[in-house]
Amino acid sequence: MISLEINGRTHAVDADPATPLLYVLRDHLALDGAKFGCGLGQCGACTVMVDGQAIFSCITPISVLPGRHIKTVEGLGTAAEPGPLQRAFIAEQAAQCGYCIAGMIMRAQTLLEKNPAPTDAEIRRHMQPNLCRCGTHLRILRAVRRAADEIRAAESGTSRTG
Amino acid sequence: MMNLDAGAGSPTKTLLSRRAFLATGGALVVSFSLLPALRLSAQQAPSAPKMPGSLDKTPMLESWIRVDADGGVTVFTGKAELGQGIKTAFIQIAADELGVAPARIAMITADTSRTPDEGYTAGSRSLTDSGTAIMHAAAQVREILIVRAAERLGIAAERLQAREGFVVADDGRRIAFGALVAAGQTETTRAQPASKLKEPRSYTLIGQPMPRVDIPAKVTGGTAFVQDLRLPGMVHARVVRPPSYGARLSEVQFDPVQRLPGVLKVVRDGSFLAVIAEREYQAVVAMRALSGAAKWDEHGELPVPAKLYDFLLQTPSNAMIDLDQRAATGVPAAAHTLEASYRRPYQMHASIGPSCAVGWLKDGTLTVWTHSQGVYPLRRAIAEMLKFPEDRVRCIHAEGSGCYGHNGADDVAADAALLARAFPDRPVRVQWMREQEHAWEPYGPAMLTQAKAALDGAGRIVDWQYDVWSNAHSTRPGRAGSLLPAWHLATPFAPPPPQPIPLPEGGGDRNAIPFYNFANVRVVHHFIPAMPIRVSALRGLGAYMNVFSVESFVDELALAAGADPVEFRLRHLDDSRARDAINAAAARFGWSAFAKARGRGRGFAFARYKNHAAYLALAVEVEVERETGRTRLLRAVAAVDSGQAVNPDGIRNQIEGGIVQSMSWTLFEAVGFDATRITSADWGSYPIARFPEIPETVEVQVIDRPGMPFLGTGEAAQGPTAAAIANAIADATGMRLRELPLTRERVKAAIGV
Repeated sequence: MISLEINGRTHAVDADPATPLLYVLRDHLALDGAKFGCGLGQCGACTVMVDGQAIFSCITPISVLPGRHIKTVEGLGTAAEPGPLQRAFIAEQAAQCGYCIAGMIMRAQTLLEKNPAPTDAEIRRHMQPNLCRCGTHLRILRAVRRAADEIRAAESGTSRTG
Repeated sequence: MMNLDAGAGSPTKTLLSRRAFLATGGALVVSFSLLPALRLSAQQAPSAPKMPGSLDKTPMLESWIRVDADGGVTVFTGKAELGQGIKTAFIQIAADELGVAPARIAMITADTSRTPDEGYTAGSRSLTDSGTAIMHAAAQVREILIVRAAERLGIAAERLQAREGFVVADDGRRIAFGALVAAGQTETTRAQPASKLKEPRSYTLIGQPMPRVDIPAKVTGGTAFVQDLRLPGMVHARVVRPPSYGARLSEVQFDPVQRLPGVLKVVRDGSFLAVIAEREYQAVVAMRALSGAAKWDEHGELPVPAKLYDFLLQTPSNAMIDLDQRAATGVPAAAHTLEASYRRPYQMHASIGPSCAVGWLKDGTLTVWTHSQGVYPLRRAIAEMLKFPEDRVRCIHAEGSGCYGHNGADDVAADAALLARAFPDRPVRVQWMREQEHAWEPYGPAMLTQAKAALDGAGRIVDWQYDVWSNAHSTRPGRAGSLLPAWHLATPFAPPPPQPIPLPEGGGDRNAIPFYNFANVRVVHHFIPAMPIRVSALRGLGAYMNVFSVESFVDELALAAGADPVEFRLRHLDDSRARDAINAAAARFGWSAFAKARGRGRGFAFARYKNHAAYLALAVEVEVERETGRTRLLRAVAAVDSGQAVNPDGIRNQIEGGIVQSMSWTLFEAVGFDATRITSADWGSYPIARFPEIPETVEVQVIDRPGMPFLGTGEAAQGPTAAAIANAIADATGMRLRELPLTRERVKAAIGV
């Protein structure tokens, strides 16, 4: 059994240690946000966060993950109570088929946690590893921009009142 | 009727909504008393007049709209949500015409047990076919409910309106829709050819940018895709595909694979080879082992890549004259004559998510959850392949990754069907690997065009000859021989002979006939039946290449005539909607005031998709880096006229996406192959656009035409984008590129640095 901490909860997983995290998330834990896209670390559909870094879960074996903090798109919010990036993606209608979107959101999340005020060029550069085939890129960029602005606005509001 | 509803019949996590569960759990089928007048008119008709949209083929109102006793409304469509947003658009249409809140509507999409057979969700036809049917069915159901309420209230129907799920009288009395649904009656109601549609100005939902109903689940990890479907007891399968088209399995050792953890069964039928395991990753590991244990006979039989276009010209083809309007008196004296030839390689759908399906053979009936674009044709093909009666196969659409045409969806559904038969009673999920999707999907065909035209002294085109060489643009199922795994069975099915798609839809010749008023036009389609490389429908079909060719050549002629490219197009167009779109795009782009910066250029293109769907005009600005030949699309401004716009933001999303996708095809994409194998096996060997290559801005102006018919939109941007980019490169560099993709190597070679 391998113990994994995902979205703040600890899961004991009965799987071969060589199993990539993606299959454990989906097949063992029914966390379906991360998607199989290539299995090669080329497209980013499987992107999740590990200790604040975006990783390709399709090529990351679970053997290297005990003791680390794993976050998936399910950890950011729900359809009823979406988190800031999820809200921004809905507000910008930043999806067509949507298969790449959970990966996009998780990659963007790592940026905003490190750099709450990214420039547009920084957002583009940061999102480079993730592929979208529907051509939704400009809406995705707008959604990331919107989320960054809203998070900053909320924080400055909090700091003023606090 | 079969009773195998997956939602109500099994305690499973399915893609059906709660509403759907209720709807099949014994809800009332709405039944109506026909209006005497309407009945009379239907009976009087000597030959049935054409019904609007898909009502013509499926005329019963209950096939489209059902009102339940609890006031819930179920809308049925034979079209599938492909990420293009039709579910939302159909809800807008039904809610507005019926007079009910969108949240009260459950939308049931393509399912061979529940919805009309609307063929394929393709050709940008969903709004035209199904949207029109739903609009008229909703209006007719609303009028029937109003007549019933009028009888109940004892007042004239004219004093009643349908609003928010109630029929409301001008004196304030109201009756809920559910209370107007008669229980226990089985009478069904045929649609009428004409409907009392609402005045467009009274629409409250149609024409508004309604948020898509599918997006919240997609951004929060909810069950959104067939890939996410998890049925009880489900097992996982992977297929080992041959290394090349003609390869045959000569030898394989099962034993080592069968001993691997979790492996339940190794399946071989001729050259069809697969493994089934308890866990998904166990199936992947076993697939790799099985692949290593397999030996194949393969032979080189593909065209020589460097001579691809010679191959197209030299392969026997059937010439079909699409149009010949040349005057008997011959062509007038020409001031200029121009000739050009254009080339397009094989290009991929390249869906981000490899194709996936779940098959379940239970009690003698096979259910397949599939992201196929055509559940009914798929059912026919699977039934033929398995030698099952059709009524023992059910295909249910569930969303997949965007497909943009005929990708691996049907083939993986066939894989799932074969594996469900080999491993009955438990649901079998199979997803392709990346290299399988890249190597086995049917590509958009390589094409060659030749154009020749003459200009008179006044700068008008007085002669236009155009030839296009192409394979078929649809090899979709309907027959077992169109399903990839069926080719590999011990008793194989051969692909049916490819057929051209006749105009006005067209396949290789889609948009080959120019939309302009040229004199003396002749257009010939050379249909090439032989298909050494697997091809089928890719978004836009031949329109991508034909619009690239026609709109590139029009620009070349404008240059020869010394005319502005926008003015030159308008010179040859009377159609006011075409002119409106062109003027709108040019104005918003700032065409006439454009000041060309060093290394930059502007380009324009226009087409009416299929010559009968959406009008789209596009202006772009590119930057060409001289040292590398690298072209960057900086900005694009489109104007699109889709008729009555149902969801303007949905139209914008489709056109923005179409521009970006076509930019990627146009600048970067060509399927690689050698004598034997496809060599584009992943994103490294088939690169597509990434964020740094995406334009700074893409603006889309929707020209709404309230009350006008819906015009298909989803594919309208593909051709104009290619031509506008080529035209802008020509403007930036002075060099004309006629072979797709317009790579940095080709640009560099053209400008000679």
